[in-house]
Amino acid sequence: MLFDDPVFASRMLTMLTLSFHIIYATVGVGIPLMIMIAQWIGIKRNDEHYILMARRWARGFVVTVAVGVVTGTIIGLQLSLLWPNFMELAGNIIALPLFMEVFAFFFEAIFLGIYLYTGDRFKNPKKHFLLLIPVAIGGGMSAVFITMVNSFMNAPQGFDIVDGMFTNANPILAMFNLAAPTKISHVLATAYMTSAFILASIAAFKLLKGSNHAYHKKALYMTMKIGLVFAIAAALIGDFSAKYLAEYQPEKLAAAEWHFETERGAPLLFLGILDEDQEPKYAIQVPYALSILSFGSPTAEVIGLNDFPEEERPPLEIHYYFDLMVTIGMFMIVISFIYWFGARRKYPFVQSNWFRWILVLGGPLSMVAIEAGWWLAEVGRQPWILKGIMTVSEGATSSNHVGLMFILFAILYFILGVGTIVVLRKIFINNPIEKELETISSKQGGGED
Amino acid sequence: MSLEILGISVLWTFLFGYVMLGSIDFGAGFFNAYSILTGKDHILSKVIQRYLSPVWEVTNVFFVFFFVGIVGFFPKTAFYFGTVLLVPGSIALILMAIRGSYYAFESYGSKGHKGYAFIYGVAGLLIPASLSVVLAIAQGGFVSIEDGSPVLDYMGLFTSPLSWSIVVLALVAVLYISSVFLTWYADKAEDKEATELMRKYALIWAVPLIIAASGIIYELRFHNEAFFNSIMNLWWMFAISFILWGLTVWFIWKRKNYSATVWMLVGQFAFAFYAYGIAHYPHLLYPHLTIHEGFTNPAMAISLVIAFVLGLALLIPSIYLLLKLFLFDKDYIQGIKKKE
Repeated sequence: MLFDDPVFASRMLTMLTLSFHIIYATVGVGIPLMIMIAQWIGIKRNDEHYILMARRWARGFVVTVAVGVVTGTIIGLQLSLLWPNFMELAGNIIALPLFMEVFAFFFEAIFLGIYLYTGDRFKNPKKHFLLLIPVAIGGGMSAVFITMVNSFMNAPQGFDIVDGMFTNANPILAMFNLAAPTKISHVLATAYMTSAFILASIAAFKLLKGSNHAYHKKALYMTMKIGLVFAIAAALIGDFSAKYLAEYQPEKLAAAEWHFETERGAPLLFLGILDEDQEPKYAIQVPYALSILSFGSPTAEVIGLNDFPEEERPPLEIHYYFDLMVTIGMFMIVISFIYWFGARRKYPFVQSNWFRWILVLGGPLSMVAIEAGWWLAEVGRQPWILKGIMTVSEGATSSNHVGLMFILFAILYFILGVGTIVVLRKIFINNPIEKELETISSKQGGGED
Repeated sequence: MSLEILGISVLWTFLFGYVMLGSIDFGAGFFNAYSILTGKDHILSKVIQRYLSPVWEVTNVFFVFFFVGIVGFFPKTAFYFGTVLLVPGSIALILMAIRGSYYAFESYGSKGHKGYAFIYGVAGLLIPASLSVVLAIAQGGFVSIEDGSPVLDYMGLFTSPLSWSIVVLALVAVLYISSVFLTWYADKAEDKEATELMRKYALIWAVPLIIAASGIIYELRFHNEAFFNSIMNLWWMFAISFILWGLTVWFIWKRKNYSATVWMLVGQFAFAFYAYGIAHYPHLLYPHLTIHEGFTNPAMAISLVIAFVLGLALLIPSIYLLLKLFLFDKDYIQGIKKKE
């Protein structure tokens, strides 16, 4: 399959690259905000711990940025290498946000470089803080622009088709397509949520491993609180996304929910399996919930998958991606709320080992939810690469070497993934917070460095 | 000026920026690795590290700019080049990924890790070699259209003296550009030993550079006569480039005025690079695609130009700040810490 079908191989290679890149991209968008908040609190409260938090996070962040940059370059070019027909067509309409994304990223890269190498050059820490603002804005805007391109693939607009040719191109209308608002806000909120929970995982892990330092407790409390806020935001926006889908891409929602017959008062199916007749079995049914999710009313009519021609139905596996994403999202809201509430009330279980292990799991779980969400988004758009206009097989390359490239890139990502872990561990194991605080106090009054 | 000429000029300028910055970057990484191997790292590493640290991501963005921009302005390039470049493009991407990440692993994580420095030094040298193949493909003769899809003649490309001349020129140019630049940078850092060593490298690579460049023009004569003739029509630009090269070498030989030397180096490559580009006009891919056929619709072209101007308004002050802090700040270059 991989070696004799360029379409399948191109899909697999794109999936591989995106699944790897999204880890670094998510962190790349989210962490600058966390660094900013920590540094701001540090300056406000004149608390060295938070300033150090910002610096230590930034030190690890650059390593992930580097891998994010190179994998981002890869996916940027792979779009043309693997989907030349699609890019030729789409380039006419949606090249603008792609182009602007580069500017946003450029902006972020410049200021991140300056921030990192000027920690010791400003007497006034507020000046150094100001450098983080363009970093966070640049990261956020990159996500906005690139998500616009993805939403365009789901809801293409801003052109007319006359005799199979695009005319009357309107790049601005294409950018602000119907899928964009929910998608962009969902991407941003989940990036902030996931980054916060990953940093929380690290703090919880340190506490579990015997360090009882106030630094880690402050980090944990702060990141869990931020995570809670964005997890709730992500769920609310997710609800809007479902309503968008119900209205404009009903086949995607129907496939994700295994909703076959158009009906009023549709129930929501959770998990389960499909039998030979494509009938859902062993699923948990929540009456009326799909109608509520889709239109905010228990009696609303939800279009079923059987209303669509067979060749236009997305694969039914996306049901599991949807369930995985939503379950983890809900779980994280509950956990972070319990933590926050428990920590305020000083309940002892918050400091217990078993609860901290759950917090450690939170970061990786959130990342799994991000992956599941993107698989849902991309597989759920099948068979289209540009909904209603071009299918994936029409968009793919005709080259016979994609299978081999898949193997090469798989090896590359393995090396980069392992390298990231090895290097990050090395940075922090050789320089734990206790040691860094000691060096600072021994320098007494020597300023920041 | 028509929009397509404006578009290709902007893109060509970005590519020129990438060629210069990338050469300095990749060459510096290579010299760093080489100095570690030969035990001279105490002379070079400090100067090289201080230059490389804050700028590598910026260099990379120039490249992204070019390929995103070319698909924006000339969407048909995605179809032609995208299909034929799958293998060479993927190899370049893998090398760039290794180079970028291992650079970061070494400089942010394991400072002085010899294996990492070696990996990114070598990968950096192979990147220009693999990317330059695109120039060989673009001047024609290696792509045919079968069943409506472009197909690359791998054997022809691999056995062509022209493509190998281009690869050799790319390699030599990287070593020459970066050694001239680093001679100036080391001199500014008042690091005598490093200046002398880089000066020696610059002189070593100066003559091979001209031989490799002339070799390409000679090869082109047999390969694509129309292109060769339009290059000959621009002989005066190549002549200016050659004179600037002579002056650069002479100044370095005399150990004089290194900062003027760097500007002459830029001038030398600018003349040659733009002359090559102008001679290539109007073809993007000989003989299948010209900038006129491949151009996007006017609405997209205008919005790209507007976005570009707005983007530059944002970027130029930022780049100025970056350069001011790291490239033109004497204390930083010399490694002196100070408070502002």
